[in-house]
Amino acid sequence: MSEASPNDQLEAVARTITELHEADADRLAQLKVELLGRKGGRLTLVLRSLPTLTPEDRRDIGRRANVLKREAEEAVAAREKELRGVSKSRVDADLTMPGRGAWRGAIHPVTGVIDEICEIFRELGFSRVTGPEVETEDYNFTKLNIPLDHPAADMQDTFYLSPGVLLRTHTSPVQARVMERHKPPIRIVVPGMVYRRDAFDASHSPAFSQIEGLVVDEGVTFVEFKAAIDFFAKRFFSADTAVRFRPSFFPFTEPSAEVEVQCQICKGDGCGTCQRTGFLEIMGAGMVHPAVLENCGIDPERYSGYAFGMGPDRITMLRYGIPDIRMLFENDMRFLRQFGE
Amino acid sequence: MNVSINWLSALLDTELDPDDVAHRLAMLGAPVEAIEPVHQDLGDIIVAEVERVEQHPDADRLSLCHVNDGTQVIEVVCGARNVEAGKKYPYAAVGTVLPGGFKLKARKIRGVQSNGMLCSANELELGTDADGILELDTDAAAGTPLLQALPIGDYCLDVEVTPNRPDLLCHKGVARDLGAVLQRPVKLPPIPGAAGDAHPPVQAEKRGVVGGVEVILEDVEGCPRYMAAVIEGVTVGPSPDWLQIRVRSIGQRPINNVVDATNYILFELSQPMHAFDRSKLGGSKIIIRRGGDGEKLTTLDDEDRTLDASMTAICDADRATAIGGIIGGRDSEVSDETADVVLECAYFDPKRIRTTRTALKMSTEASYRFERGTDLQGMADALRRAVQLIIAVAGGSEPGPSIDVYPNAVKTPAIFLRPERVAHLLGVEVPQKEIEGYLTSLGFSVGPKNGRLAVHVPGWRPDVTREEDLIEEIARLRGYDSFPTEMRPLRPSTVPSDGVQAVESRIRRVFTGLGLNEARTLSLGPTQGENAQAVLNPLSTEEGFLRTDLVTGLIRSVERNWALRERNVRLFEIGSVFKHRGEGEMPLEERRLAGLVSGARRPPHWSDGGKSVDFDRWDVKSLFEEAVHAVRARGTVVEEGGRWVLRDHKGETRGWADELDADSPAWAAPLFGFELDALAKPQPRPEFEALPGTPPVERDIALLLPPDVTAAQVEEIVAARGGKLLESMHLFDEFRGKDVGGRSVAWRLVFRSPDRTLRDKDVDAVLSKILKELKEQLGVERRAS
Repeated sequence: MSEASPNDQLEAVARTITELHEADADRLAQLKVELLGRKGGRLTLVLRSLPTLTPEDRRDIGRRANVLKREAEEAVAAREKELRGVSKSRVDADLTMPGRGAWRGAIHPVTGVIDEICEIFRELGFSRVTGPEVETEDYNFTKLNIPLDHPAADMQDTFYLSPGVLLRTHTSPVQARVMERHKPPIRIVVPGMVYRRDAFDASHSPAFSQIEGLVVDEGVTFVEFKAAIDFFAKRFFSADTAVRFRPSFFPFTEPSAEVEVQCQICKGDGCGTCQRTGFLEIMGAGMVHPAVLENCGIDPERYSGYAFGMGPDRITMLRYGIPDIRMLFENDMRFLRQFGE
Repeated sequence: MNVSINWLSALLDTELDPDDVAHRLAMLGAPVEAIEPVHQDLGDIIVAEVERVEQHPDADRLSLCHVNDGTQVIEVVCGARNVEAGKKYPYAAVGTVLPGGFKLKARKIRGVQSNGMLCSANELELGTDADGILELDTDAAAGTPLLQALPIGDYCLDVEVTPNRPDLLCHKGVARDLGAVLQRPVKLPPIPGAAGDAHPPVQAEKRGVVGGVEVILEDVEGCPRYMAAVIEGVTVGPSPDWLQIRVRSIGQRPINNVVDATNYILFELSQPMHAFDRSKLGGSKIIIRRGGDGEKLTTLDDEDRTLDASMTAICDADRATAIGGIIGGRDSEVSDETADVVLECAYFDPKRIRTTRTALKMSTEASYRFERGTDLQGMADALRRAVQLIIAVAGGSEPGPSIDVYPNAVKTPAIFLRPERVAHLLGVEVPQKEIEGYLTSLGFSVGPKNGRLAVHVPGWRPDVTREEDLIEEIARLRGYDSFPTEMRPLRPSTVPSDGVQAVESRIRRVFTGLGLNEARTLSLGPTQGENAQAVLNPLSTEEGFLRTDLVTGLIRSVERNWALRERNVRLFEIGSVFKHRGEGEMPLEERRLAGLVSGARRPPHWSDGGKSVDFDRWDVKSLFEEAVHAVRARGTVVEEGGRWVLRDHKGETRGWADELDADSPAWAAPLFGFELDALAKPQPRPEFEALPGTPPVERDIALLLPPDVTAAQVEEIVAARGGKLLESMHLFDEFRGKDVGGRSVAWRLVFRSPDRTLRDKDVDAVLSKILKELKEQLGVERRAS
């Protein structure tokens, strides 16, 4: 080989390079060493012999050798990549066979609804806070203007743990807890579990989730309250959802309102779900009662606000058409996996 | 509260449509749950006149009637004995559908064709009388639809009344709200047959006499005002039709004229009344006093009740005859023989009524209203109307004026309403004239005073006590929908978002990503050991305690899935658990995370050769470590007694992971779970470290571990001796076999110095220190390769 002229050698190298494109893995490894090997590679030898050539040859041969070296390196790399990408089995693989999977988990549908609701209110500047599930009568009732000796206290049948200590019947105690610790402006949403002494059946559960909202600031009015709730309802359901406010009674709001949205099932025509009214109740709400502000050390002459409470379990059932609230607690894998992202 | 449309129509003197009323009431805050038609299924029944009655040719007990239906005379076979020529009866022609869905056909009865039917009250569901056909006392011509001849066709609305509105527990109150939006005044309809007015009452301080009965008011706190009238010479018997129709229209059963009359007043004016038989009041006395402890009384419902001093007892000279505001006594009840009636019209203290009816575990129409607050100012009018009504329907007369024992007349102060405060809260300027109009239409009296409005609240609205209550009335009558929905500038909250929520979101992301589904179990259940917090008033003992862990409920969920033949179960839950801490202390409440896995580690794949690659304990250890990492819990996962626990810096156990026992079918895979109780505070964010510019040096070491030496012990020494140059270690292999004399475990150690390139001899020096220490401390040798 050493007898051949550098030109001939380069010719031979060029031919070998074409062979690289078809080589199998073994042959490729062999050719790689043969051409580019650091000790005896053919191109290495040519390049190493450059100092012995005439200046013209040196430039000419050197340039061609370098071009071929780059070509050879690229061809080797390309072919290596090709061979790596396709293992031996490629030849007879049936690519329609299923890929190796991974389990996909899902958050609980009620969690999904809670997150979505809180997200919407976040756009309106509400922060997200929590409070304890075990409460005192003071926070659950008295501070919220619900006297225990008034029938209003019967609106929620309560589980007691000891005299004066109970499982909260709503997330509203967090209103008082937050107002006592923070100065207005207050804008919060409070998701959490609440408890009512109801037997477990298709539409009742002794424990369920609730989201409380509270705004207290200077100059907050009924108009702003309506706007916020309307914004939420249209964002959560759909932009063309009709929203209706009806007078109602809650001891901790005045004026109080029941908020209804156009029935999502019949679109307002009236059906069994909405008891033919075309509307579904989604939350109780209203302007914060001045007595509640006073109980929490906030001057009702200076500050006003609004509050609302809604049941994500029921909203989840409405949204997905889930017929029985117990399904939300059974953890049937066939049920849960339907709510994956 | 059942509300009759006819009754409302009479009070507002206009025709009302039930659907329209339902909508308006809903928008006034009293939604209607249901609209029940009353007798609307009698539309095809007509008034017919029997012209001639003949004996049925073939049956002694039947007659053949020639019935004029207004257009022709029809032959009808009738079995009733009371059929008489010249009288009018309800007639159902052939083809009519009777209440209950029965469709009449022409048919032969004992050989004679009968065309239709003369109906009894029972057949028309107008009463229980099935003995004879219903004789109609009407001027209506034959052929008139029955519903035109008798005002019985009605609609009964089931109105949901909130606890703050006792005034809506009667027709007058509902009519008042409705009239305010319809702009029609409410007027009590005249009582048919009433003549003259009742005597105005005589005022009394503490005691007085009415119709020979001495009334003595002792328990002024429980009964601030007690009125009584006496009517002598009544004839107790069935009520006239109009009264029976009214009583029935709201689903009540007529009893007798006196009781029906008091019920009528109850449902018209929301003022409960009680009628005593005067002759049964011992000593001709009515004493209103506190009950004696242990005092007994048999009430109208035939129950023996025991009174105490917290209750108000209505007594005669000898004993209690009624429980004030709750229920009357059996012995003084009005009966068919009663001639003289004492009529009670009282106001009982709402709080005392609430205590009493809670103690007695009962609720009546009367207690329901007294508990919510009756109209202290409207009693005299109610009593006067009741007296008129009883005299009209049962006869008799008042021997003298009624008595009004009212020692401390209550005067409710005016509420001052600032028009600018209305705008301040509602966000809309409401003109003063409009405000006055709304309040006046509801019966409030309004007078301007120094730029404000002095508002006097009528007695039937005990819920209105401050300015905001009036503002709600304005908003309510104006209509909530009339207010714009307009975003106003807002200031951000001073309340920071709760860090726990962020941690919980992160956990959900991590564990759903790992293929687990979020579960939710009830926190009430059977007891979970002695530190379980009991519920004082559980629904059942099965739900008598709060959970002390999450995993127990999750195991039940796994078992449920197994029962549904689901082998692959992967669940996690974030929730609160509770522990009893001792008498007088609030129970401990803490947020936790638990997870369970059983079955295939990943979806079965054909390349697995049909074998399920199931979760094992190393998976749960890793899930547990993921959990610890996700909550950034401080502490380390260590082995303890065959399972793993998270040990915090104080040495406390904060969670565990293990294989679990469950009620598993034979085909189920093992169940693994973990629970972590350190979801407390979010930890500080990670700190950035400069990336190294120097190369690493890797060394694999295979070590022979004596039987009682653990990997953790080895790693502890390696970490200590490796010092600053040891960047990481990773256990990558275990080999057990005789030829290695037990157990060989291999680690890859990575060494690096941040400021210089390590040479082999640097690493060798560290490695030999490590190996020396391992040998000395643990007897661990490097495995000869």
